[in-house]
Amino acid sequence: MSGELQAYALLVLVGFLPNEVWRMLGLVFAHGIDEQSELFMWARAVATAVLAGVIAKIVLFPPGALAGVPPVVRLGAIACGFAAFLLVRRSVLAGVAAGEVVLILGALAYGV
Amino acid sequence: MSIVPAASSPSATAMFLAGARAAWLSVMAYVLIGTYVGIAALAHDFGFGLWWVVASTMLVWAGPAQVILVSALGAGANPVETALAVGVSSARLLPMVISLLPLIRQKETRTRDLVLPAHLTAISMWIEALRLLPPLPRELRIPFANGLGLSFMCAAHVGTCIGFYLATSLPPLLTAGLLFLTPLSFLISTTRNCRLLADWLALAFGLVLGPLLAWWQLGLDLLWTGVVGGSLAYGIQRLREARK
Repeated sequence: MSGELQAYALLVLVGFLPNEVWRMLGLVFAHGIDEQSELFMWARAVATAVLAGVIAKIVLFPPGALAGVPPVVRLGAIACGFAAFLLVRRSVLAGVAAGEVVLILGALAYGV
Repeated sequence: MSIVPAASSPSATAMFLAGARAAWLSVMAYVLIGTYVGIAALAHDFGFGLWWVVASTMLVWAGPAQVILVSALGAGANPVETALAVGVSSARLLPMVISLLPLIRQKETRTRDLVLPAHLTAISMWIEALRLLPPLPRELRIPFANGLGLSFMCAAHVGTCIGFYLATSLPPLLTAGLLFLTPLSFLISTTRNCRLLADWLALAFGLVLGPLLAWWQLGLDLLWTGVVGGSLAYGIQRLREARK
């Protein structure tokens, strides 16, 4: 098997299948669940909690180049982005822009 | 702002295009471009080709899983261990699909028509679908969701091409800024979607439990965060409703 074919075979076996199995299980379990059901409400709360966990983990235990930015700058940038979102008519764009600006300026100030 | 075309009963094509339009009007499309610039640069560093990354986005369509896949395979890790790491990181897709499909399905909907929306379910699409779908006529929600998800995927491909073009010239500070887009935009967009007490509590519990369980190195920390945090949030809301 050539190297390139092997890379695509690995993509399907190691990337696609273990990932897609959750979506297809979701498709099976969602069968017969309606919007008003308790299971639906519970699944929504679980999904929200996992997502919040992912967010907090990336900020506190960051990957790659983000790890070079001091924790105080990362937390400050998240707080400023959140505050800007609340202050500027609940605008996601304002929040993201403010958070990014604070992160970059803070990192520069710390000589990153 | 209305995202539904003015016609009294818009066609499936019109709703697909409305979904596409909503995607490009969402900050998420631009967050995805930035995120995939970062993923593409990482993949380029590990020696993967542009088409392999594009295929991985179409097949996997989950940023964190793609980062694991690229870093692990690129570093020559054991494929079985890599598959397990991808599977653990993607378990969140299960509750996401379960809490999305009931919003777009009708009694007569065939299961095969739900395969594409299920495949397109990812954090970005899930957040925006939950926000945009409820006011839409139920029979037109599937084409809308497909338009939304496929456009987000296009945004990711745009980012991938830019990332391959820039790969060797990206300064570390810019890479850090791109990586920061994910937590920042997800936190703000999730907050915007919070309606019920359970939503707020699940967000708060997840923010605390996620890093705490990861720090304790329990293993499967995000699964526990979801099950414990989500169940507590759901339970507290139920208790409060029962008291009324």
